[in-house]
Amino acid sequence: MSARKISFVLNRRPQETEIDDSVLLLDFLRDRGLTGAKPSCEMEVCGSCTILIDGLPFSACTTLAVEVEGRTVETIEGVARNGELHPIQEAFVERFAMQCGFCTPGMVLTAKALLESNPDPSRDDILHWMEGNICRCTGYESIVEAILSAAAKAGTGDG
Amino acid sequence: MPMPLHPFVLHRPDSAEEVIELRSALGEDAALYAGGTELLSAMKMGAISYEHLIDVKRVPGLREIFDQDGSVHIGATATHHEIENHPVVVDRLPSLAKLTHSVANVRVRVAGTIAGNLAFGEPHADPPALLMALGGTVVVQGAKGRRSMDIAEFCVGAYETGLREDELIVEVDVPIPPPGSVATYMKFQVLERPSVGVACLGEIHDGRFTSPPRLVIGAVDEVPRLVDAAAIDGADIQDEAGMGAVCDAASRAVDPTDDLSGSADYKRHLVGVLARRVLRKLAGEP
Repeated sequence: MSARKISFVLNRRPQETEIDDSVLLLDFLRDRGLTGAKPSCEMEVCGSCTILIDGLPFSACTTLAVEVEGRTVETIEGVARNGELHPIQEAFVERFAMQCGFCTPGMVLTAKALLESNPDPSRDDILHWMEGNICRCTGYESIVEAILSAAAKAGTGDG
Repeated sequence: MPMPLHPFVLHRPDSAEEVIELRSALGEDAALYAGGTELLSAMKMGAISYEHLIDVKRVPGLREIFDQDGSVHIGATATHHEIENHPVVVDRLPSLAKLTHSVANVRVRVAGTIAGNLAFGEPHADPPALLMALGGTVVVQGAKGRRSMDIAEFCVGAYETGLREDELIVEVDVPIPPPGSVATYMKFQVLERPSVGVACLGEIHDGRFTSPPRLVIGAVDEVPRLVDAAAIDGADIQDEAGMGAVCDAASRAVDPTDDLSGSADYKRHLVGVLARRVLRKLAGEP
């Protein structure tokens, strides 16, 4: 075992912690009660464990926790602010873009990373970017609609 | 179910020399580590286990992408996401930018690196076939200095590469195709990895192949296979006999296995179909 001290930002709060090299980020987060990121395929395929590091999506199931040193981590628990849902979350609610909800945290975070790098994506851009997030209920159409709607609202300033 | 990772020590050297020293000292107990997309997955499955991981992401200069002396130099730890979006790659090697854009999913592209992809030696990978068609080389550094290998020398077998125990990949150099030539890559994929990927670099002038195209079949055999395309040297793009002969040669150049991504016969069929499509693409056909 080999532990090291790391500091990073988790959902806008600076953190300092000691962690073993071989601990996976998903286990680290879930052990802290942040259970929005879900273990599922455990092999970077399904997207249920998606979290953002410096604004980009990662599979927490296959990322070492020590990789977040000096970086900014965002989980679904940090997306709403002061009790207000993020516009992407609102769009998911408005468009009924969830069924069982298991994939939803990963979907919302992946969509957030997309809209931050590409605020006006085409449907094809969305399909390509979201391809690695699986909805086992197959509710894809409403998810794509929600992302298009969130982008449109942000573009017109109503978001 | 995956188990927690067998405990290991993570080393974070600041120079290529330190990586080489660690590799020499630790031998088979250590693995090089960058994006972890292949390595950590395999470790979670219990397929492999190491006492030490050597993180190469802190070695300075290893992540740069630049254009020099007719080649694009891609640093070992450049991620797929960085490569697909890098203006030099988009401008000079659009075929590689497009291929990289379709590797796995966005999370794997954000974490995974070009060197990791090559070093893991996964047979069902996208980049090796196109890199071979383009004449790319893998530059490695060891105790005795640097050397470079072409893709055929580097990709030795399934999960086997020409990288020696004390070496690390420092960059991948890809010659910029000459004006008039077209590079292309097409794949067929039903699962997380391609069933077949076919790459081609060639030139068509006035409806004729100006030279034998470099046609490479990837992701279906243990290593990418270069196909003998002499039959269409100078041939008309409409010359069915020549085209048919090369596509047959492509199907015979590989030794596929039956697996979830298709039967061996089906994959051979796909190879022929995709070979024809990439050759036609040289003529600007969709």
